[in-house]
Amino acid sequence: MPRKVPVVENIFKANDQLAQANRSLLDANRTFAINFMASPGAGKTTTIVRTIHALKDRYRLAGIDGDIATTLDADRIAATGIPAVQINTGGTCHLDAVMVHNALPQIDLPQTDVLIIENVGNLICPANFPLGVHLNVLIASVPEGDDKPYKYPTMYRGVQALLLNKMDLLPYFDFDVDYFRRGVEALNPGLAFFPISAKTGEGFEAWIAWLVARIEAYLQPASE
Amino acid sequence: MHELPFVESILKITLEHAEKAGAQRVVALNLVIGQMSSIVDDSVQFYWDLLSQGTIAEGARLNFHRVPAVYRCWDCGHTYTLDGEHLACPQCGSVRVQLVQGDEFRLESIDIE
Repeated sequence: MPRKVPVVENIFKANDQLAQANRSLLDANRTFAINFMASPGAGKTTTIVRTIHALKDRYRLAGIDGDIATTLDADRIAATGIPAVQINTGGTCHLDAVMVHNALPQIDLPQTDVLIIENVGNLICPANFPLGVHLNVLIASVPEGDDKPYKYPTMYRGVQALLLNKMDLLPYFDFDVDYFRRGVEALNPGLAFFPISAKTGEGFEAWIAWLVARIEAYLQPASE
Repeated sequence: MHELPFVESILKITLEHAEKAGAQRVVALNLVIGQMSSIVDDSVQFYWDLLSQGTIAEGARLNFHRVPAVYRCWDCGHTYTLDGEHLACPQCGSVRVQLVQGDEFRLESIDIE
């Protein structure tokens, strides 16, 4: 006669525990970490490079880049002059907390104010693997279409800022920005939204101002 | 979608608890899976059948207890289960809602001999 043994263990626990460990390590070193996610080709790296240029005179930056192959993106980030580490995931379609945990020792955290993590280009899987960062950002882009919030709810729900890139291409696509925003509002009310062009710089002032406010709040919290 | 590493986790947890309980055989696993957790039962079964071979959990029946997504409305406090894909609060129509249940994935218990 079989007997029941209670287990009550969360299967997602392994990643979540490492994410907590990553967060603790970052906090111990006062390093503000950002996880950038997007579909392949949305303009993640270009947006990140422009963001780095806007921040690097004010903060000490470092980058971690995740890809299944090449160091192309880490090289572009390193070309801005900041330390960059490439994680080749060996085919895995997302970064997870374990991979980031193993990469963090290669970053000089005590000397880093802001750590930028560029996730693997993928609109689905990264949303299911928290890394332990302070800010999750999604970069959508005009050519991808305005129905993506409706089709990829987990990703759109899991971020605190949304950049809509390639706004310079709006005249060439049937992209209804209001329809897009309604989808986003339904999933994530109050999400910070920034229409930008990483190519022309359009909209970057607002994005950087918001980001700097978040970084400042973290690095220099108001005294009790 | 990543059922393979998850099933590896399930097997590891199962064998740990089975050993602690002095089991000779694991007969069944009771899994609780939320509606919004992106876990596919068939994939879990497929990888389980593969990975449990040669262990005391080989042939254990997987019982999938699906838990519906429950939302709470920030504006009126109403809680409700998801009806199709309409996220908005059925009471006041607000879309400012929070998922309070439905993204879990846990091994609740195992049945052993």
